[in-house]
Amino acid sequence: MKTQMENQMENMAAQNPSRRKFLKESTALMGGLVIGFYLPIKSGRAYAADAPPKLVYPPNAFIRIAADDSITIVVNKSEMGQGVYTSLPMLIAEELEADWSRIRVESAPVAAVYNHTGFGMQMTGGSSSIPSSWEQLRQVGASGRILLIRAAAQQWGVPEGECHAENSQVIHAGSGKKLSYGKLADAAAKLPLPDNVALKSPKDFKLIGKATKRLDTPAKINGSAQFGLDVYLPGMLTVLIARSPVFGGKVKRFDATEARKLPGVQGVYQVPTGIAVAASGFWPAKTARDLLEIEWDEGPGAALSTPKMRAEYLELAKQPGAIARKDGDTVQGFKAAHKSISAEYEIPYLAHAAMEPLNVVVDLKPDHCSIWTGTQMQTMDHAMAAKTAGLKPEQVEIHTTFLGGGFGRRANPRSDFVVEAVQVAMAVAQPVKVVWTREDDTRGGNYRPMWSDHIEAGIAKDGKPLAWKHTLVGQSIVADTSFEAFMTHNGVDATSVEGAATLPYVIPNLQVELHSPKNAVPVQWWRSVGHSHTAFVVETMIDELAHLAGKDPVAYRLGILPADSRYRGVLQLAAKNAGWGKKKLPAGHAYGVAVHKSFDSYVAEIAEVSLENGKIRVHRVVAAVDCGMVINPDGVRQQIEGGIVYGLSAALHGAITLENGRVMQSNFHDYAPLRFSEMPRVEVDIVASGELPTGIGEPGTPPIAPAVANAVFTLTGKRLRRMPFDQESFA
Amino acid sequence: MISLIINGKTTKVDADPNTPLLWVLRDHLQLTGTKYGCGIAQCGACTVHLDGRAVRSCVTPVSMASGKQVTTIEGLAETALGKTVQAAWQEVDVPQCGYCQSGQIMAATALLKENLHPSESEITAAMDGILCRCGTYNRIRAAIQKVAKHPLLAEQSGGAK
Repeated sequence: MKTQMENQMENMAAQNPSRRKFLKESTALMGGLVIGFYLPIKSGRAYAADAPPKLVYPPNAFIRIAADDSITIVVNKSEMGQGVYTSLPMLIAEELEADWSRIRVESAPVAAVYNHTGFGMQMTGGSSSIPSSWEQLRQVGASGRILLIRAAAQQWGVPEGECHAENSQVIHAGSGKKLSYGKLADAAAKLPLPDNVALKSPKDFKLIGKATKRLDTPAKINGSAQFGLDVYLPGMLTVLIARSPVFGGKVKRFDATEARKLPGVQGVYQVPTGIAVAASGFWPAKTARDLLEIEWDEGPGAALSTPKMRAEYLELAKQPGAIARKDGDTVQGFKAAHKSISAEYEIPYLAHAAMEPLNVVVDLKPDHCSIWTGTQMQTMDHAMAAKTAGLKPEQVEIHTTFLGGGFGRRANPRSDFVVEAVQVAMAVAQPVKVVWTREDDTRGGNYRPMWSDHIEAGIAKDGKPLAWKHTLVGQSIVADTSFEAFMTHNGVDATSVEGAATLPYVIPNLQVELHSPKNAVPVQWWRSVGHSHTAFVVETMIDELAHLAGKDPVAYRLGILPADSRYRGVLQLAAKNAGWGKKKLPAGHAYGVAVHKSFDSYVAEIAEVSLENGKIRVHRVVAAVDCGMVINPDGVRQQIEGGIVYGLSAALHGAITLENGRVMQSNFHDYAPLRFSEMPRVEVDIVASGELPTGIGEPGTPPIAPAVANAVFTLTGKRLRRMPFDQESFA
Repeated sequence: MISLIINGKTTKVDADPNTPLLWVLRDHLQLTGTKYGCGIAQCGACTVHLDGRAVRSCVTPVSMASGKQVTTIEGLAETALGKTVQAAWQEVDVPQCGYCQSGQIMAATALLKENLHPSESEITAAMDGILCRCGTYNRIRAAIQKVAKHPLLAEQSGGAK
């Protein structure tokens, strides 16, 4: 995603050469300092964008300082566990010189001022919250500090240069006079925004880089954190929808006689996605939905069955596809190769399976629509809700709640769950909460695509790779969406081949080809997107080449990585921490290694694995990460721990399969996330770096599956080329 | 009308006796700290205490809770142990998305009430039914192991029980 996105952003910046537009607004509101402005920042990498002209800003964009010295930071990213309600305020507080103990957080409404600085819309994804906010929010904080100092200096009649800010106070060095931010906010809010804002040198950071407790923890341990499902409005009905058992199916006829008789049921409505049952609560709605009799026009989706699709995919993998990368001449390379191998890989559809099933609350009035939901894609949802309801954008508001996990599912390019809920609200004419059951969520599609890959690779006499041909077959997640135009070029969706077309190893003859078949199964980004499968195929095949060459897998990788590659640092750190090649493991245990870059961050993982009763048991994972400068080290550790668990769930157990168009899994008994008893110990180490900060929400996920598979090879001599691994038997 | 004792307070609700306790807590009483995750006792997000024991409220008919002491996450801090478990959770900074944490905390507290010094395998056994997609399991284990030695527990009269 990133490479393509980067190109796109650079193109946009090139087309509009205006460099630094400060669009600013400074308005006093409720006695607080209010800074509303948009900073188009060229940070030297992906997130350069220019402000669209004539944005209308809400008065209080990011900072509100109250008379009691409490500071509210309005966060424009969704908190889905990745820690943005802590790390983003840290960026502001660092430059604002704010008293961290008085910081609180509010989620941003939908407005252009809150757009992602790189993607031009309000959204959370692509592990980009920190990199895209790094310049912007420090500028916001620094501007605030400058204004507060200016206000104090004016009040005291002293030069600004004699004043400094510290711990939410402005201090005059000569006289020792002090004023707290709460006392200065009104005056500061009346000042024009500064033109030049110098940012701190990293050596002066007080907060950035320090392990900081999450601001959202207190609410998440006493039950008060409000998720979408926790929103209750007066007169609100709970709605469950019977959707087609086959993707793309439509209602032919239905009989709701029995359902309507149930106490608590208010009504049954046909909506575009199925039959909606509105009731006084979840239980009557669910019970009534079970009583519906529906005949479906299933459409072509009913022909979809996993074994048949798999056979078609594997056949396609043998055909020439769209070229995603071509270096040298693979035909000549294979002719010259000393040894060659080839392998086929089978990777299933995956559901995101966030703990909080999808849900949306809608209060629709003739001239207004209020929506409460945990979404990762406010701008799209907002526009689609307005269009669906026939309202003007300014008549629609979205309240972003906490997300009980997102993992990409809550950033739907078609705004599927929001549009459906608005359609329900239009039918019901009362406030509604549309709730997806776990079964609805599991069977609701928008999966990580199913993939088949074919790799042929050859090594030279010295063992180094000489030729590599990789063909990928899987649906494009952006096909037929508004993202397609700028993410797909020459038939190649950049997210399909990320991690495959961008593999880091020196291979003189290299070709990567892509087939993007279409079918009725809706697909979507899933934590780490394309990397979620490309790391597995690439890093297990590299491991095969190491063994083919008779080399140690870590040494082999180091031997074929460019000398200046940042992959080397994490690989060496993980190897050192794990005692790779040195530590004596318990009998029946083995290490496997993998290294992968995603979202500009580098992660190496070494898994210690054994077999217990024929099942894979992962005991320990040693991870090393290079994500540039670190904002909150503990947040980084959490994300790597979480990324590993997410990837391990998929590697060991995750598969969505179809029979006659029907999804065969429904709930956590047959789509099983990793449980407590399966949890490995995880040790995370972070490479010290002065590079710009890069993504952390997703990069922990890709390397775990290949690390485990490579360990299993060492244990058993068996190569795992199909996911999930629990379909293999190790008798 | 069904009479319930929730977090020490007696309440009456007008619900079908087969309604799972989870939905009575949420839809009737707006005690939303108890979460819906699966509806079939697979994930434990809905864990509450019934007379001090951890149960899955999504498969517990409200009629079964009648006359018993129901404790939810909202009432947990009323005991020294509950308060201490929350403090340990805070110190380890366990939650990520946080959705499963009410269930995790309720399950951990029920375990610690019976056994303040659980072994590794006893912790695993007690916590294996509560899913977390964000991967907080190791921090949960660390938090549970902090509770017995926590000063807050000793400080409060009554101790663990």
